[in-house]
Amino acid sequence: MPIGLPRKLFLKLSQAASSPGEPNEALDQAAPQPESHSDENGTRAVWVVCNNNCGGRCRLTAHVKNGVVVRISTDDSPDNVERPQLRACLKGRAMRNRLYHPDRLKYPMKRVGARGEGKFQRVSWDEAIDLIATNLRRALDTHGPESVYIQYGTGDCGAVRGRESAQRLMNLLGGYLGYYNNYSAACLEYTAPFITGVRDTNTYQTLVHSKLIILNGFNPAETVFETNSNYYLARAKEAGAKVVVIDPRLSETAATFADQWIPLRPTTDTALLLAMAHVMISEGLHDQAFLDKYCVGFDEEHMPDGVPYGNSFKSYVLGSSDGIPKTPEWASPITGVEADTIRRLARDYASMKPAQLLQGLGPQRHAYGEQSVRAGIVLACMTGNLGRLGGGWGGGEGGTGLSLPVGSLPTGTNPVKAKIPVFLWTDAVVRGTEMTAEDGVKDGPLKSNIKFIFNLASNTLVNQHADINRTVQILEDERLVEFIVGSDHFLTPSAKFADIVLPSDHSLERSDVGFPWSGEKYIVFGNKAVEPAFERKHDYWWLSEVAERLGVGEQFTEGKTEEGWLRQIIAEARAADPNFPTFEELSIKGGYRETPQEYVAFEKEIRDPEKHPFRTPSGKVEIFCKTLHDMNNPAVTGIPKYMPAWEGPQDALRSKYPLQCIGPHIKRRTHSTYDENAWMEQAEPQSMWISPEDARARKIADGDRVKVWNDRGALVIRARVTKRIRPGVISIPQGAWYTPDKNGVCQRGCINVLTSQKPTPLAHGNAQHTILVEVRKA
Amino acid sequence: MAREQIAFFIDATRCINCKTCEVACKDFNGAVTGRRMRKVRTFEGGEFPNVFAYSISMSCNHCEFPLCVTHCPAGAYAKRESDGIVVHDPERCIGCRYCTWVCPYGAPQYDAAEGRVRKCNLCVEKIDKEIDPACVTSCPMRAIEIGTLAEIDARPGATVNVRDLPSAEITKPSCRYRVRKEANHG
Repeated sequence: MPIGLPRKLFLKLSQAASSPGEPNEALDQAAPQPESHSDENGTRAVWVVCNNNCGGRCRLTAHVKNGVVVRISTDDSPDNVERPQLRACLKGRAMRNRLYHPDRLKYPMKRVGARGEGKFQRVSWDEAIDLIATNLRRALDTHGPESVYIQYGTGDCGAVRGRESAQRLMNLLGGYLGYYNNYSAACLEYTAPFITGVRDTNTYQTLVHSKLIILNGFNPAETVFETNSNYYLARAKEAGAKVVVIDPRLSETAATFADQWIPLRPTTDTALLLAMAHVMISEGLHDQAFLDKYCVGFDEEHMPDGVPYGNSFKSYVLGSSDGIPKTPEWASPITGVEADTIRRLARDYASMKPAQLLQGLGPQRHAYGEQSVRAGIVLACMTGNLGRLGGGWGGGEGGTGLSLPVGSLPTGTNPVKAKIPVFLWTDAVVRGTEMTAEDGVKDGPLKSNIKFIFNLASNTLVNQHADINRTVQILEDERLVEFIVGSDHFLTPSAKFADIVLPSDHSLERSDVGFPWSGEKYIVFGNKAVEPAFERKHDYWWLSEVAERLGVGEQFTEGKTEEGWLRQIIAEARAADPNFPTFEELSIKGGYRETPQEYVAFEKEIRDPEKHPFRTPSGKVEIFCKTLHDMNNPAVTGIPKYMPAWEGPQDALRSKYPLQCIGPHIKRRTHSTYDENAWMEQAEPQSMWISPEDARARKIADGDRVKVWNDRGALVIRARVTKRIRPGVISIPQGAWYTPDKNGVCQRGCINVLTSQKPTPLAHGNAQHTILVEVRKA
Repeated sequence: MAREQIAFFIDATRCINCKTCEVACKDFNGAVTGRRMRKVRTFEGGEFPNVFAYSISMSCNHCEFPLCVTHCPAGAYAKRESDGIVVHDPERCIGCRYCTWVCPYGAPQYDAAEGRVRKCNLCVEKIDKEIDPACVTSCPMRAIEIGTLAEIDARPGATVNVRDLPSAEITKPSCRYRVRKEANHG
């Protein structure tokens, strides 16, 4: 008898392929239903979750035999266009290599050498918890609650995790110093609400309606902005959309989807967008009726009261206010993009409707990152695309108004009202009490500098913060931060600076849920697949022990374990929505998912502006924003303007450091997570992209080890000579683990030895892609 | 030739080079770090700024004329009569590595620690239970499929002649690609 795939299955596969868009019946039949999830040979299959901080949230199955995960597979529920499976990427599939990594922390340890030296001694959990409780009590008694800082970090994205547990504990003990912003989207999230009232984006399901898709520094193929973001981009392209990618790199997104690649110089996105606006205005291509109806500040006829003549966007673009028309010829030498290319893109954008402009988070992690966000919104309005199906603007897509009523561990209320912008935490260590509103401090002044840090599932303490050499110098001085508690899976560059290091359990060793960034309404349920080995514990457990030592144990736990809180969170979701499944149902089905929707951001504001005004002071899109104008800060303007970046292409510093250096996210890591994973290093080794001409000028060959440096630090990395990056620009993927040699030169290629702590002017966000460097053979 | 040759269809116009197939294959087939029984290779061409790049996911091509089968001195390779899958039996492998030299695609992977070769067997354990192989079910872009060679060869845009791949005349691989126009050599 011939064996192999039956004819029936082949036929169905072939039908599915020849008619894209049709549900793939064959996969429905071939795959077992999630309810009947089981395995053979004494192997148990359980749904687990990949809970790293990318925009995706994927379903995984752990195949467990004798208490060991022997295999990982992904979603095997029916796969069709209406509900495409939530298939995990390479990182999720490599989870075993992390779970069973020999370098995982096994026991609590206390520091015995100098801070950061990396010398630790094993201690019991009891001793570790005593030390934490004693030092926390002392910090509170000596410096007050504002001296305690719970570091930003995204190693775990579950509903019951260390960060919220620590916040809950501190709220019972008088509070802690809070922060706002994050390291991903500070400029976008801080700025967009000034212009459109709230930040909102479409869902990916709308892409198939677009005739033109402009991806401005948006690279979902490597960042995984949502589990199926690339799947929907492919669908849009197959439906006939033209895709333009604006990026200094021919990213995997550009390589796969772009009909046109526009490699501009980093930091010049706003100049490009302004020149497009100039083309539209001078050729009469803009949608004046849309601007008149929904916006303020486009032209002098639609300005807020009390603003002198000449301050409108149109006046600036045409040059009537500053004598410089923002023509394509003006933008070309700034951006490095041909004037005709800009002109054609402007005409395409104004004529191919509907069109979506999606800006990635990279362009806003730059000096003046606020401006490119604002310019993007203006263009979406000038083309009349905002609020229309297949049109619109987004800082990526995701973070929409849609979500399920699933919360996270309740933290209580922080009695301390003061907050810092997260990127300025090192300043709050050194000069916290002297910081002002100019530094972005809210409800200040601070009563204390930071003296005690919880650094839980976070590599922000050292690795992901800018200017590592400065950060390390600050942390090494034990008179500044007096005590640091770290928990992690590994002795990361950040954990190395902790005084107590605790071994954290893994998402496969506990139950939790995961949420996507996107507007897709689903959660993934992660079952506890195996017992934590050695002395690994959940952060909630040891924090409850600390709470007990400090006399607030009962208030902290309310008699619940971490799973007890998870059950309560699910019960509350059911109370809000009776259709929401029970804890047990979630566990068996691996989560809950509603059918994805075509959600259009600002649809109701455009459909019925009387009833649904934009949530801005004027009720309209504030192309001219009086709130920002009135701040009287030359770097915070009423309208979006191009400002040459510090350490940008027009900075005189280029005579010393001629190359711009950006730090893209790449597929093999989620930020710094998985840098330890050998399978990932094999899939995509850490390497620097450099153009053939920049390499030739420095006698660098493909594969050479090179040194990259500026005044802040130096690193060594392998060069990949490729035509896929603009000459004058190099890229060093962010997230590699800081590994200094005895001279402080990072041997692993961690970009943050080169980055700067100078914040952006309005959001006080991180401009970690804005740096100048030089390169030579190592 | 086999009665009903099984073949891969790789849609490189959808492939984002994410390498999920590589890792899923690794996890299913022994979880050994060094060897890559499936590998995604990236090729680039053109001149700045008109540069293009594309990626090809490839394991064993289960060729019509498999040189590994004809050159293996240990009889570790066999081409299944039923479906043309080229299977390798590591128990018989003597680690001589002839196959790694004759295969134009780098499919046989020598494992120094084991002293033997391993190769994609098209997840026959799954195929024989009518389940798709690990690479197919892993692909976030749904860009890897299997079918009969005859059916896959008839698909729109399917080609075996790809700019940066070895000539298909050497072994007649049981694999067809959909690639961008710059890489399609008919």
